Amino acid sequence: MTTNVISLVSIGAHPTSGRPRRAEQDARAVELGLQMAGDTLQVLHAGNIAEPTLRSYLGMGLPQLHVLEQPAGADALPVLSDYLREAGAHVVLTGSQAETGEGSGMLPFLLAEQLGWPLIVGLAQVESIEGGVAHVLQALPRGQRRRLKVRLPFLATVDNAAPKPRQSAYGPAQRGELAAHEVEVEEDELFTGAVLKPAKPRPKRLKVIKAKSGADRMKAATAKASGGGGQVLKGVSAEEGAQAILKLLIEEGVVR
Amino acid sequence: MLNTLLPILLFAALGLAVLGALRRVNLWRRGRASKVDLLGGLLAMPKRYMVDLHHVVARDKYIANTHVATALGFVLSALLAILVHGFGLHNRVLGYALLLASVLMFVGATFVYLRRRNPPSRLSKGPWMRLPKSLMAFSVSFFLVTLPVAGILPADFGGWLLAALLSVGVLWGVSEMFFGMTWGGPMKHAFAGALHLAWHRRAERFGGGRSTGLKPLDLNDKSAPLGVEKPKDFTWNQLLGFDACVQCGKCEAACPAFAAGQPLNPKKLIQDMVVGLAGGTDAKFAGSPYPSIDGGGKPIGEHGGNPHQPIVNGLVDADTLWSCTTCRACVEECPMMIEHVDAIVDMRRHLTLEKGATPNKGAEVLENLIATDNPGGFAPGGRLNWAADLNLPLFSETGSADVLFWVGDGAFDMRNQRTLRAFVKVLKAAKVDFAVLGLEERDSGDVARRLGDEATFQLLATRNIQTLAKYSFKRIVTCDPHSFHVLKNEYGAFNGDYVVQHHSTFMAELIGDGALNLGQHKGTSVTYHDPCYLGRYNGEYEAPREVLRALGIEVKEMQRSGFRSRCCGGGGGAPITDIPGKQRIPDMRMEDIRETGAELVAVGCPQCTAMLEGVVEPRPLIKDIAELVADALLEDAAPIKSPLKREPAEVH
Repeated sequence: MTTNVISLVSIGAHPTSGRPRRAEQDARAVELGLQMAGDTLQVLHAGNIAEPTLRSYLGMGLPQLHVLEQPAGADALPVLSDYLREAGAHVVLTGSQAETGEGSGMLPFLLAEQLGWPLIVGLAQVESIEGGVAHVLQALPRGQRRRLKVRLPFLATVDNAAPKPRQSAYGPAQRGELAAHEVEVEEDELFTGAVLKPAKPRPKRLKVIKAKSGADRMKAATAKASGGGGQVLKGVSAEEGAQAILKLLIEEGVVR
Repeated sequence: MLNTLLPILLFAALGLAVLGALRRVNLWRRGRASKVDLLGGLLAMPKRYMVDLHHVVARDKYIANTHVATALGFVLSALLAILVHGFGLHNRVLGYALLLASVLMFVGATFVYLRRRNPPSRLSKGPWMRLPKSLMAFSVSFFLVTLPVAGILPADFGGWLLAALLSVGVLWGVSEMFFGMTWGGPMKHAFAGALHLAWHRRAERFGGGRSTGLKPLDLNDKSAPLGVEKPKDFTWNQLLGFDACVQCGKCEAACPAFAAGQPLNPKKLIQDMVVGLAGGTDAKFAGSPYPSIDGGGKPIGEHGGNPHQPIVNGLVDADTLWSCTTCRACVEECPMMIEHVDAIVDMRRHLTLEKGATPNKGAEVLENLIATDNPGGFAPGGRLNWAADLNLPLFSETGSADVLFWVGDGAFDMRNQRTLRAFVKVLKAAKVDFAVLGLEERDSGDVARRLGDEATFQLLATRNIQTLAKYSFKRIVTCDPHSFHVLKNEYGAFNGDYVVQHHSTFMAELIGDGALNLGQHKGTSVTYHDPCYLGRYNGEYEAPREVLRALGIEVKEMQRSGFRSRCCGGGGGAPITDIPGKQRIPDMRMEDIRETGAELVAVGCPQCTAMLEGVVEPRPLIKDIAELVADALLEDAAPIKSPLKREPAEVH
């Protein structure tokens, strides 16, 4: 049985110039898909077929890219889940979060919910697929890996732990075919109805290192972030507990 | 007996030579079409050979004189031998002429032999070691068989034994010189070389001209290959050019990558292309192999190919192609005027455009160029941050200026920003009417093109040309020889024709016009490093030295300076592809600099500055010419203000 792998791609934005580009994580999803399925990999995009950036995915050596034609502001979720159900996909790969549009990172979860499939977050490597069961490695922080056994079909998101995407070459990008699919357009009311504002960076806690020696500094820089400051309250009254929580919230500046 | 045998030998060898020539021509014709003036080229060939080629050869007087004697002697002897011995024109005058010609050839052959007794490593051995002996066999045999014709000896002198010996000598001579010439012997260089000069792909190079810009790919022609994958993807005259190689190894001796132990030897590369066009393996190659990290050189005989097989990973490893810094030292040295750099970039184009196989940081740099117009991936909005306090006039505001100051991507590099600021100081001191494009400027496309990404180059070039078309200016001045070269020599193919100057040329003009009030450079002794893209690519050796002289600097020249300058290692995307070698090219160049004893090296290129400053201290200081000039600027003597005389106030 050949595994039917589909990678979902979106249009990215370069972090410094904001210009459209191949999205970093989606390109990794394509790379992982190519490593798993080779030429039989299907790549799917929901959006504008005239977007020239789509060709940079074709440049990775894809003969064609399927596009579910949608105007900006349309909801990609229903059309994607319809397509995936009908295409008989076994493995669907996506980036964790889009670089443009809503970029909420919710799409894989909603898709998995609609399809009723398991979702793996942060897929790093697929070790084997046998008898409808896949053995995969999931990426955890600090380079750790967790081996998972998952039944097909499943959906997986990839992040920067997945293999680096291959270079996009001009020749294949020009020759590749963009296959258009007509689909019913449903407006994404949550997106079009909302007002977008630039995100404010989350305030970061200053890390004060009081190390005296180089070895200590090294340790501080590489050691696991540990809770440390936590406090376990046992056998205290509700009031005392609430008092302790409030005290912490005030200390942290959450409550002023 | 000789009278019957000689014509047979001569004409048999000539006949075989013609057959071989036809076969060879068919090998070349497997290449793609190329627009060449066939007849005009042939007519111009003798002059190209005797003037342009000789100029290159004459850099080595010994071999130039040797070659003149041998080649002239051979051509005359061959023609006369065909008349005298082939057609039996036993004329005494012709006989004497033939004697003289063969003596001349023998003298030449003797010097070839002497050079070959203890040959430098750059020379190929193998069949080439046989050549002086073959030359001698040819000249001596024809000298002896001609003695009776000239009437010096009786016709039947020496009897059978001598006649037999002489016919063996003649057979050896004509086999090497006629038959071998077209069937792949060492003398092939004469046949292919002459035609290569006639149908050279850069005819502008002859007659003192210069042609260094890369030839564009036609991206709209869907049938044309994107670069060269197989030997047959070269144009036919490129294939012919490879065949012209004499394996003298001047390219090998000049190549910085070879010296650094990176896996590139230009001579071997050209010979591999010859293997590719004729089919076979490189087992017969008798020169230095591609260097390998262990120092032993890559083994010979393991690579092979044919015109229809991909070159990379059959005939040549990709590392070899990516080692080149495109410094053009090989092309400059090549007495056959072979275009190594064109061939390398052609093959790189295939790897980048079709295979997506630009090594190391290549892919990232190309993606950055597409998304941010600069190789570092910096926010395009920061392009003018270096000049935040300089109040530079912008073309978008003024619309016109005498001089367009092309800033280049050095704008994002903190070291190069010092150079840029120094040059602005000079421009302001000379009261030049200049302006910059500011945020409208993009990378010139130099790196993209050398990395083989012709598509991104053309994208950047056409957009820059559109921007430049909006404004009026008399000339472009830039501190970056790479931008200079691309703007001057490579934008023309896309209808971007400008007067472009390197800042050293421009400053030399300013100084000549007396527009700058200059003091003297203080203290330290100075040498000057010629950037490849200013010198070899554009022939500008004098202006930077003139500027330095105006500062009172006597340049302590390096042994390798001017057209022989050694590359800093920063060109052609080499720092990006970063192919490992035994040592680093800038370290070797710094050694050249140290040999002069100079405490400061003047440079004129942001790449050279970066590469040379990357050499660990202690080492000489590195300063751009603009910085040296800016340091020596004298403040205009403030006009002496006469103290104000106040009128006494009158009080009524």
